[in-house]
Amino acid sequence: MTPTNLPKNPKIGAAQIRLLERLTNACSVSGDEGELRSIVLELVRPAVDEVRVDALGNVLATKRGQGEGRPKVLLVAHMDEVGFIITHDDNEGFFRFETVGGADVRYLAGKPVWVGKEHIPGIIGSKPIHLTTWEERRQPISVDSLRIDVGPGNGSKVKPGDRATFATSFTRLGPSLRAKALDDRLGVATLLELVTHAPQNIDLLAAFTVQEEVGLRGAGVAAYALDPDLAIVLDSTPAHDLPSWDGSENTRYDARLGAGPAIYVADRATLSDPRLVRHLVETAEKAGIPYQIRQPGGGGTDAGAVHRQRAGIPSVSVSVPARYNHTPAAICRLSDWKNTLALVYAALLGLDGKGWKVEGV
Amino acid sequence: MKELIRTLVETHGPSGYESKLRELVRAEIEPLVDELRVDALGNLIARKGQASPEGKQVMLSAHMDEIGLIVTHVDENGFARFTTLGGVRAQNLPGGRVRFMRGPMGVIGVQYHSEPYASSFEEMFIDLGAKTRKDCPVQVGDVAAFDRPFTNMGERLVAKSMDDRIGVAVLVETLRQLQSTPHALYFVFSVQEEVGLRGARTAAFGIDPDLGLAVDVTGTGDTPKGVKMEVGLGKGPAVKVRDGGMLTDPRVVDWMVRTAQKARLPYQLEILEYGSTDARAIQVSRAGVPVGCLSIPCRYIHSPSEMVDFGDVQNAVRLMVALLSEPVTLG
Repeated sequence: MTPTNLPKNPKIGAAQIRLLERLTNACSVSGDEGELRSIVLELVRPAVDEVRVDALGNVLATKRGQGEGRPKVLLVAHMDEVGFIITHDDNEGFFRFETVGGADVRYLAGKPVWVGKEHIPGIIGSKPIHLTTWEERRQPISVDSLRIDVGPGNGSKVKPGDRATFATSFTRLGPSLRAKALDDRLGVATLLELVTHAPQNIDLLAAFTVQEEVGLRGAGVAAYALDPDLAIVLDSTPAHDLPSWDGSENTRYDARLGAGPAIYVADRATLSDPRLVRHLVETAEKAGIPYQIRQPGGGGTDAGAVHRQRAGIPSVSVSVPARYNHTPAAICRLSDWKNTLALVYAALLGLDGKGWKVEGV
Repeated sequence: MKELIRTLVETHGPSGYESKLRELVRAEIEPLVDELRVDALGNLIARKGQASPEGKQVMLSAHMDEIGLIVTHVDENGFARFTTLGGVRAQNLPGGRVRFMRGPMGVIGVQYHSEPYASSFEEMFIDLGAKTRKDCPVQVGDVAAFDRPFTNMGERLVAKSMDDRIGVAVLVETLRQLQSTPHALYFVFSVQEEVGLRGARTAAFGIDPDLGLAVDVTGTGDTPKGVKMEVGLGKGPAVKVRDGGMLTDPRVVDWMVRTAQKARLPYQLEILEYGSTDARAIQVSRAGVPVGCLSIPCRYIHSPSEMVDFGDVQNAVRLMVALLSEPVTLG
């Protein structure tokens, strides 16, 4: 593709949905993001002025704009996902494992997985109901008691240190998309689209980060290295917008599907820069893009590491809401993804270089 | 100085929303300093003096922010649900009043329980006098602070947000009284301390100081059946030896103690089991910085009625002036 063939504005169409499918079907558990990194590099390389892989494995790309006084804007999306790491070979194709990142042990038993770079199929085995007692079924299952079973034939291809993820293939469900690792392949796909259609009024610094799910580790060093004027983090926030079982009003939904991009005011790791929150809200209202304010409270994004770097970096996060994040299959609305891209792109076009770094008095 | 304290504590500035405080402090100190700037996170940084050959680059930090509440949901009957900004304690909330940064007042209510019961935040709500979601004057993401007037009891002063407006007042008063200094003094009025020392961390990176000193409040052990702690009100400012997040550089403790003794000022030594201050963030900035902390003893911290002793406050200013007027030799 040559630059002259590029469409003017970024968009989410059939090609971008196919890309999201490719991204979500890839395995990229924290600390072993190589598979995703190679896809990202393949797509970023032709579109940017500079790209490098840093010591932790972050992909850092720069796409310079034109004109005087351009702000250096860092956009961040994390490449890693929650999953498992093989810890011990029990022979006969059985492997012990630990969770990586916030995977909830309650839903692991009985789930199919892909192991290692070759996506060796396996299953987190569980005891069939025929053989369990009523008492056993009441007890929580510990990770120690679970094994990944890949069968004796493939056992020699798996070794301790290999990562594993849920074996869930991407599916389109009418207006929705279902996949594993929508957190944060939605952000990665959005950022790839923005990098390949970068606005000219800014220097776009893109960080495709590693190790977010184990404590925002990649983003901190990425922000240190790129030293931007401000940062926008693209992530996926869990939506718990289900009707309550007793008919009472749901007051703890975090975000809702179909209500547009979720703008962060505060989570456990970051108090968003109020100027950036205002800029996003005003941009959305001016452009008629639906948006929601994510419920303040827990959770954290790469912004938590970015905003504290160096002498401080004004930061905000925008998420595509998705139900059931960190489980084998999450669901998001295509419309929310489209509106997230539209909002961030419009917000970038509206940025100027004034006053982000240091306010002189 | 009491009028300054009153103005500071009656201004609202929860973590991340310190702009009113910043304007107020800026107006107070502008004529007293050589250089002023606001960094990217909102810290107000004022320089006074230039480092002479025997002087150092010193960072002094008192945080402008206070604990507060942030709206998570407005329900169909117009009640606002909330979560906390910083270490708010549930037992201090019911019946309290809060002021939203965009103006409206609210009352904190609790769901009904037939038995005496320690409620959680999830069972509380803010009543803004609205009848429906539509006429509620606040939205998800709106921020509020406690609303209480300043009470002058003579020796003892009571207000919300003595933590850490009293530290801010001490730094402002120090600037007023300081005649000369051999150092480049960076007075930092920091942001976002209550959510994890975030402002002091970036300010310290920007300043890259040789020495750091925080001024903040500390707990006391002098109330009925209180926590076991040596520090009490009225016995002088406290030189911090350790808290939950920092071991003070012993050379800095020595310097502070020596200076207090020489100036014949009362002081106490502070060992705090929990909590931390901006000094912790300064200490581990870049390649490491020697730090100390001067604490103002304070009862009922993180309640809407925090109490300090005015004599301790005045002696803290005197000690700060004595500390900063002379060259520092860390033994």
